[in-house]
Amino acid sequence: MGLGSGIAGDIGMNTALTDDQRALYMDSRVIRTILATSKTVAIVGLSPKPERPSYFVGSYLQSEGYRVIPVNPRADEILGEKSYPDLLSIPFRVDLVDVFRQPEECVEVAKQAVQINAAALWLQLRVINFEAADIARAAGLHVVMDRCVKIEHGRYGGSLHWVGMNTEIISARRGGRYF
Amino acid sequence: MTQQKRKFGFETRMLHAGHIPDPVTGARAVPIYQTTSYVFEDTDKAAQLFELKQYGNIYTRINNPTNAVFEERIASLENATGAVATASGMAAQFAVMMTLLQAGDAIVSSSHLYGGTKTQFTHTLKKLGVTAHFVDPTDLSAWERAITPNTRALYGETIGNPQGSILDIEPLAALAHAHHIPLIVDSTFATPYLCRPIDFGADIVTHSATKFIGGHGSSIAGVVLDSGKFDFSTFPTIADPDPAYHDLRFYETFGHYGFLMKTRAVTVRDTGAALSPFNAFLLIQGLETLSVRMERHVSNALTVAAFLKAHPCVEWVAYASLPDSPYHALAQKYTPRGSGAVFTFGIRGSNKRRAGKTFIEALHLFSHLANVGDARSLVIHPASTTHQQLSDAELREAGIDAGMIRLSIGLETVEDLLWDLDQALQATLA
Repeated sequence: MGLGSGIAGDIGMNTALTDDQRALYMDSRVIRTILATSKTVAIVGLSPKPERPSYFVGSYLQSEGYRVIPVNPRADEILGEKSYPDLLSIPFRVDLVDVFRQPEECVEVAKQAVQINAAALWLQLRVINFEAADIARAAGLHVVMDRCVKIEHGRYGGSLHWVGMNTEIISARRGGRYF
Repeated sequence: MTQQKRKFGFETRMLHAGHIPDPVTGARAVPIYQTTSYVFEDTDKAAQLFELKQYGNIYTRINNPTNAVFEERIASLENATGAVATASGMAAQFAVMMTLLQAGDAIVSSSHLYGGTKTQFTHTLKKLGVTAHFVDPTDLSAWERAITPNTRALYGETIGNPQGSILDIEPLAALAHAHHIPLIVDSTFATPYLCRPIDFGADIVTHSATKFIGGHGSSIAGVVLDSGKFDFSTFPTIADPDPAYHDLRFYETFGHYGFLMKTRAVTVRDTGAALSPFNAFLLIQGLETLSVRMERHVSNALTVAAFLKAHPCVEWVAYASLPDSPYHALAQKYTPRGSGAVFTFGIRGSNKRRAGKTFIEALHLFSHLANVGDARSLVIHPASTTHQQLSDAELREAGIDAGMIRLSIGLETVEDLLWDLDQALQATLA
């Protein structure tokens, strides 16, 4: 249904970022654009273990219709997809790079995301590295930080509401997906 | 872009948070989804739901679309990250304890508690191997002394029932966090309109939604809320692999939603005290007028309390918003709009127990029953009802004056309430 008139309201709970940083890295319009336009998502640090958070996110995105590309040098295949040791080894275009690694590893990931011409770099909850963000932004990538791609997909898709969470979305218009 | 950052006000969120009109029907009021279960899209999606890899509806014991509106709305009003609705307030606090605690653990609780809560903590939790220590809530050092390595949480009521004391939430939260344990606050008497404990550092908030939230004495209900700010990364029951959910680590997997996801998907799933969707609808109706009702509740309560204070048949009035209350300063800080609409007072008389009975039986408008937070005014005399088996000496030991009356002030014409109280007090002189 497109991006519509936008989401009015401050969506800013559960973050370690300041208001200024949130304006840069948690812009709801940017998040919704990424969710709406990405088709292929490389997950750096995707675990093959089904109980791990990265696996939850990967299997969720897969069931929501995204193609998930595992980036994990210690696995051959995860979620039925071939795993690559790094972003540079992926032989086709990636739209979104989603990162489940320690903050200090993110600069290298950001450089590779720029090199493979990804459209967006997304650092998961509490994965915060401003140098990595600057590298990606300077090259024109969308950047999201200290957010979870599954939570945001659930927030703007409507399902997060069903488990009683505070989505912070307020609207008197007819609902639907917000991306 | 500036529009995107707007923080909507409390009253706006009372009416809109958690409910976006249905895209197909356009229904403006919240529909009642009176259904036990939900058809799965396909077997893969069903498996994803059961493994908690998708957020969605499975079975109304776990979640329900009408309940979700109530949950998200009250979460928004409490500045919480989310909520889990339960069948009653007692179920809500029990769900919190069952989620956080295991055998061998202890809690430290304020002694100024609803009697049902005190019984649940003292006896039911004891059967499960959990010990509750009760302390004078006004003595911070008593809280500190009661904390041991086994203590897993602190617990208190924003406005203590029936003493009317105000919990000093801020230093208590600091004490809890210094010991890496959460502060749980029951805020039933305050409602989010009068006090939001999370704003003062509380981690988990519970309500008996039966009271002012529903507001009309029609439905039994409760709710658990989480600030999402407590670090559960080393808290055993939330951080460790959970054998009740194929060794899922709730904190690692759901982060700031970990406690609530476990409360819903394990505790409420397994103990079964789910809220009825019809009751959720009635609670939502209540929330939509919460601020308007609470303003009138507290203004009527203050008028009644001041009237009683000046009445010759009344010995004392325990209402924190009165200037000479020992809790007045705390009330100014935590409940500046008014310290609720439930309070106690003491009748004078040579035989206080008999005076209390005479008073209750002479009332015309106050309903004599065991509830608070109705739109109607309510009254109870503990010495002739809930505590009638105790002698006067035993009552004193329990901190209850034989002439103590508890009022829950409703929305009637306040002059009529004063008239009714006055004529019933006069009857005690006869």
